[in-house]
Amino acid sequence: MYLSLSDWTSRKASGADRAKTVAFKASPTVIALGIVSMLTDISSESVAAVLPLYITGALGLSMVAYGFFEGMNQSISSVVRIAAGYAADRSNKPKPIAVAGYGLSMAARVGLLFATGFGGILAVIGLDRIGKGIRTAPRDAMIQQASQPEHLARSFGVHRLLDTVGATLGPLLAFVVLMLVPGDYRMVFVVSLAAAVLGLAVLALLVPNRKLVQDEFAEDRGEESSRSAPRPKFRELVRGPLGKVLLAAGFLGLLTIGDGFVYLALMEHGQLDAMWFPLLFVGANLFFLSFAVPLGRIADKTSRAGVFVLGHLALALAYVCAGAGGSLLFLICALALLGTFYAATDGVLAALAGQLAPHGATSTAIGAAQTVVAVARLFASTGFGVLWIFLGSTNAMLIAAALLLLLVPVAWRLLLSKRKEPESTLTS
Amino acid sequence: MTKQVAGISAQTRWLILAIIAVLALGSVTVYAVQAFGRYQARTTGASAAQITDKLHDGNRIVFRNTAMGQGYGQIASVAIAEPQGPRELSQTVCDRVDATTEYISCMRTQRGIPTTFETRILDAQANTVVEWPLPGVPSRTRISEGGLVATTAFVTGHSYATDSFSTETVIKSVQGLDFGNLEDYSIFIDGQELTAVDRNVWGVTFDSENKFYATVASAGKTWMVEGNLAERRMNSVIQNAECPSVAPDHSKVAYKKRRAQSGLAHWDIAVLDLKTQKEIILPLDQGFDDQLEWLDSQTLLFGMPRTGSAGDSDVYSVKTTANAQPQIFIKDAWSPSVVRTTG
Repeated sequence: MYLSLSDWTSRKASGADRAKTVAFKASPTVIALGIVSMLTDISSESVAAVLPLYITGALGLSMVAYGFFEGMNQSISSVVRIAAGYAADRSNKPKPIAVAGYGLSMAARVGLLFATGFGGILAVIGLDRIGKGIRTAPRDAMIQQASQPEHLARSFGVHRLLDTVGATLGPLLAFVVLMLVPGDYRMVFVVSLAAAVLGLAVLALLVPNRKLVQDEFAEDRGEESSRSAPRPKFRELVRGPLGKVLLAAGFLGLLTIGDGFVYLALMEHGQLDAMWFPLLFVGANLFFLSFAVPLGRIADKTSRAGVFVLGHLALALAYVCAGAGGSLLFLICALALLGTFYAATDGVLAALAGQLAPHGATSTAIGAAQTVVAVARLFASTGFGVLWIFLGSTNAMLIAAALLLLLVPVAWRLLLSKRKEPESTLTS
Repeated sequence: MTKQVAGISAQTRWLILAIIAVLALGSVTVYAVQAFGRYQARTTGASAAQITDKLHDGNRIVFRNTAMGQGYGQIASVAIAEPQGPRELSQTVCDRVDATTEYISCMRTQRGIPTTFETRILDAQANTVVEWPLPGVPSRTRISEGGLVATTAFVTGHSYATDSFSTETVIKSVQGLDFGNLEDYSIFIDGQELTAVDRNVWGVTFDSENKFYATVASAGKTWMVEGNLAERRMNSVIQNAECPSVAPDHSKVAYKKRRAQSGLAHWDIAVLDLKTQKEIILPLDQGFDDQLEWLDSQTLLFGMPRTGSAGDSDVYSVKTTANAQPQIFIKDAWSPSVVRTTG
C-alpha cells in the first residue's frame, strides 16, 4: 500500500506527539467555512422550526405525509453525499461543488417563498436536503486541507462550534420573528433566504479555491492539468485503517438511535411539560458547542480514534440517563452526555476519515464515513422504533445502552489494537 | 487569505461581500417594515367579509374567520339559512373551533419562545370558562352537548426528528373532569387487544355523553373505533377510516378514507350506515383533509385551504349521495361547526 507515502500520512504518523509541540493556529479558511455553516444553519433551522406550524396552520395541510418523505430525503441526502465527495476528489477542486450544494439550498429558500401546495413544500425540502448532502463532504475536505495536520480534530471542532451556534440561533430567531409579526411565515423565509445568501457569499468570496492535492509540477501549468486528478477507488478506501474506521463507525452507528428518541424517552417520564420539548434540542446543542473544541483538542493530543470510540460511551450513558428517570438531574445528565457524544464524534470522525484517506481521496473518504454513519443511523432509528413499540421506552433505552457498551470495546480493539496494524501508530 | 480568489483582489472581495451584506440586510429590513404594515392592515384594516354586530339567535354555523382584515383568525358565526351572508365576530382568535349552544371549544397558538398551544373553553358570552395547555400544533376538537371536550394535537419532535411525529388526544370536561389520554385506553382491533406502543389516536366525535368514535392508528393502518368513556375502552368498527363524525340522528358516521395509491396521501369522503354496515364512498378529485361536520342528515361540511392564497380557506358542502360534487358553502372560513338551537 502506498498509504503512508503522502506527505499527510508521514506527518500524522507522529501526530499525537506533534500536537503537543506545534502551536495551534486557527485557519482563516476554517473560520470562514464555520461562518458559512453558521449562516446556513440559521437559514435552515429557522425554517425547520416553523415548518410544522406553517404546514398545518397557514397551509391547512396534514402532517402525516410529511413524515414519510423525511425518511426518503435522508436516504437521498446520504447517497448524494458520497457522490459529491467523489466528484470533489475527481475534480481536485472541492469549492465549486460546495458552492453548488450551498447554492441549491439557497434556491430552495427562494422556492419556499412561492410554494403553497404540499407537493411544492416537499420538493423544496428535498432540494434543500440534496444541497446539504452535496456540500458536506467537499466542505469537510476543505477544512482538512486548510488545517494543520497536528490539530485536525480541533480545527473540525472550531467549525462544528460555529455550525452548532447557527443551529441553535435559527429556531430562536424564527420564534422572535413570529412574535413580532404573528402568522407571517414568509417573513421567516425572507430572513432565512438572507442568511443563506450571506453564507453563500462568504463561501464564494472569502474561501480560497485550492486544490485538494497539490501537484508539485503543475503549479504553473494552470487549470488544465487534469493529469493529476485522482480517481479514488472504492477498494482502496475499504482496505487498511480507513476500512476499519468505516466498519467501526458503521456498527456503532447501528446503535445511534437518534436524539429524537432520547428526548421522547425523557418526555415519557411525564415530569416535563411538552412545551419544553423544543428546548431539549437547544440544551444538547449548548453542550455540543461547548465541548466541540476541547474534545477535538484532546483527540489531537491523545488519539482521534480513541475519542471517537469513547464518545459512544457518553451516548450509552445518555441512553441510561434518559431511560432511568425524568427528574431534572437525569435530564441535564442526558443532554450533557448527548452533547458530549456529538462533540466527540461528529468533527472527530471527519478528521479521522480525512487523516486516513488514501492520497487524493480525502473528500470521498469523509463522504463515505458520513454516508456509512447516516445509513447506519437510519437503520438504527427504524429498528429502535420497533424495540420501543414492543418493550416501552425505558427497556428499549437500556437495551440500546447495553448493546452499545458491548460494542465500544470491540470498536476499541478494532481501531486501537497495536500489535496487528503498524498504521495505527497514529493513535499514539 | 491574501491569495486571490477567482482573480479578484482581497480588498475587492471584501467590498463585494459588504455590498451583498448591505443588500441582503437592507432587503430584510424593507420586507420587515412591509410585513409589519401588512400585519397592521390584516388586523386593523377593513375585513374582506361582510360583518354584522349581532346575529339574531338561531341555528348558526360557528367557524374560524379567515377573511383578510380585521377579525382574521377570530371565531365567527353565520346563520345557517344565509351562510354567505354577514358574519358576527367574537374577539377570540382560534386555530380550530367547535361549538354547542352553551360552549365553544377553541384551540389556540400562543406565539413566543417557544411557541405554545392551549385549549380554551368559552361560554355563550365569550367568557373563558376553563383552559389547559396543549402539547403541540392544534389539529381537531369536538365538544359534546354535556360539555365533554376532545382535542387532538400534533406532537412534533424537534427539527432533526420530524419523522417521529405523533398525536395526543385527550378528553376533558367543561366541569373540570379529566378522562385522560385515549392512548392509555384498552384498544381492541377485531377483538384482539392492541398492545403496540406506536398507537396513535385522533379525531374524536361524541355520540353521547359516554359513547364516542375516534381513529386509532398502528403500524401504518387506521381504524375507526367506538369508545366507551366509563370503561376506558375502544373497539374497532371498520378499517381505513379516519376522523369520524357522527350524524345528528346517530344513524351514520362520515369519515376520511385513504385512497390506495402511492405518493401523496389522498382522502375521499366515506359514510357508514351504522345499522346496515354499508359504506358509501364519495370520491373527491381534489381530496380533502378535515374532520367532517354534518349540516343536516344528507349534507356534510368540510374546510379546504384555498390554493394560491396562503392563510385563506373556504368551507365546502357536499351531499352524501353518489357522484355529489362539493360546492363552496362559506367563503373565507375554516373549521365549521353547526349549532342547532331548535330540533
